Amino acid sequence: MDLLSSFLIMAALVAVPLLAGVAGGGQGVLLVGIPYAAFAIFIVGLCWRVVGWARSPVPFRIPTTCGQQKSLPWIKSATLDNPSTGTGAVGRMALEVLLFRSLFRNNRAEMYGQRYVFGDSKWLWLGALAFHWSLLVIVLRHLRLFVQPVPACVLALGKVDSFFQIGAPALYLSNVIVLCALMYLMLRRLWDLRLRYICQFSDYFALFLLLGIALSGVLMRYGTRVDVVAVKQLAIGLATFQPVIPAGLGLVFPVHVLLVSTLAAYFPFSKLMHMGGVFLSPTRNLANNSRMKRHVNPWNYPVKTHTYAEWEEEFRDKLTMAGIPLDEAKND
Amino acid sequence: MGDRPLIYAGLFLFVALVTLPVWQGIAAQSSTVGPELKAPAHKKQCVAPRAYMREAHMELLMAWRDGKVRKHERHYTAADGTVYNVSLTGTCLTQCHGSKEKFCDRCHEYAGVSAPNCWGCHTSPPAEPGGVAAVAAGGMR
Repeated sequence: MDLLSSFLIMAALVAVPLLAGVAGGGQGVLLVGIPYAAFAIFIVGLCWRVVGWARSPVPFRIPTTCGQQKSLPWIKSATLDNPSTGTGAVGRMALEVLLFRSLFRNNRAEMYGQRYVFGDSKWLWLGALAFHWSLLVIVLRHLRLFVQPVPACVLALGKVDSFFQIGAPALYLSNVIVLCALMYLMLRRLWDLRLRYICQFSDYFALFLLLGIALSGVLMRYGTRVDVVAVKQLAIGLATFQPVIPAGLGLVFPVHVLLVSTLAAYFPFSKLMHMGGVFLSPTRNLANNSRMKRHVNPWNYPVKTHTYAEWEEEFRDKLTMAGIPLDEAKND
Repeated sequence: MGDRPLIYAGLFLFVALVTLPVWQGIAAQSSTVGPELKAPAHKKQCVAPRAYMREAHMELLMAWRDGKVRKHERHYTAADGTVYNVSLTGTCLTQCHGSKEKFCDRCHEYAGVSAPNCWGCHTSPPAEPGGVAAVAAGGMR
C-alpha cells in the first residue's frame, strides 16, 4: 500500500510538468515559483529542525560504547569506538559521517538448511556509501550551472568524473554509480520480505524521488538533450533573483526541477534529515568520560533537605531527657 | 547544552554553503545574459536546424567523425538537400563560425562543459582568414 501510494504521488509529480509542457503553460510556476518556495522551505525547515535539536537538553554522556572503555593504562582501549576525549569523539564522528562505520558493522543471521549462520553483511554499507558519495559529487558538479564564472575546482571535479571520456557528452561515472546504488537500495527493500514488511511510505517515497531525479537528469544529458546554456541562464536567474525563462528547456527539464523541488521541500519533515541529525546524535558525538569527569545535571534545583544531624540538633534536649543515645556528643 | 555555539556555527556554515550561488552572484554581479555568438552573414542555415544544433551538435560531430574515419563518408546531405563536406575545421569553422575561441569556447566556457576531445586531432583555423571576415561583418544573433 505504501509502495503504491508513493508510486502514484511520484507518477503525478512526473505527469504534471509533462502535461503542462505539452499544453504550453505554467512554466513560471514550475520553473520559478515552486523552486523558490521549495528552497525557502528547505532552508527554514532545516534550520528549525536543527535549532530544535540544539535546544534539546543532553545533560549526561550517553554514547553507545562499541569497544573497550579507557580505564587502567595497561588495558588497551578503543579510542575511536569508545572515545574518552573530544578528539576521539571527532574521529569517531568523521568515521561515521564520511565512511558510515556503524553501517559497516552491520550483520545478519540466516538459516542455511539446518544451520543458523550469523555473519557480516556489507552490501547495505557499500550501496549507501556509493549512493551518498556520488550524490555529493553530483550536487557539487551542478554548481557549474549556478555560478558564473565556473570555479576551477568544479571543472576539475567534472573532468575527474568523466575520466574515461566515453561518448559525447562524456559519461560521468557518478551518474552510473548513483543509478546502480539507488536501484540496489530500492530492490533491497522489495526483495527481502522481512525488510519489506517494515518499509513505510517515507522509505519508498524518498527512493522514488531520488531515482526520478537521477533518471531525468541522465535522460537530459545522454538522451533527449537539453540546451545547457538555457538551463544555466535559468539557474543564474534564480540564484540572482532576476528570474528569466529562456526558450529551449524541453519537456524533461521541468520534471527534473519539480522532483528536486519536491525533495527539497520534503527534506526537513522526513527521515532525510539524518543529514543534519547524524552530527547531533548524542549516542555518537559525546566522549565517554563519565568515570573521569562528574557531569551534574545543570537544571537540578536546590532540594530542601533536613539531615539527621540537623534533626538531632533540633530535638537535642528532648532526646537527652528521654535518655536516647546521641550521635554527636555536645562538648559543653 | 554547552555545544550550542558549535551547532549554530555548523548550521550557519551549511546555510552559507548552500546559498553560495546567491552570494557569488551578488559578488560577481552575474547577469542572466548568456554568451554572445555572431551568426555568419552569408549563410542562413546550419547543416541542421538551430535548435537541434544547440542541444545535440556533439551527436552530429561524433557521427561525422565515425562516418568519415571508419566508413569514408566524406559528404553529408542536410535535410534541405545541400551537400556539405564533412570537416569540422574546413566546413564548420572556416566557412562560418570562425575559430574555436570565437565560437565553441563561448558556450563551453559559460556552461562549464568539459572540453571535448575534438582538439586532440583537429586544429582551429588561424585568426582572420578569408572566411572569418564575413563572420566579423555579420550582425549579432
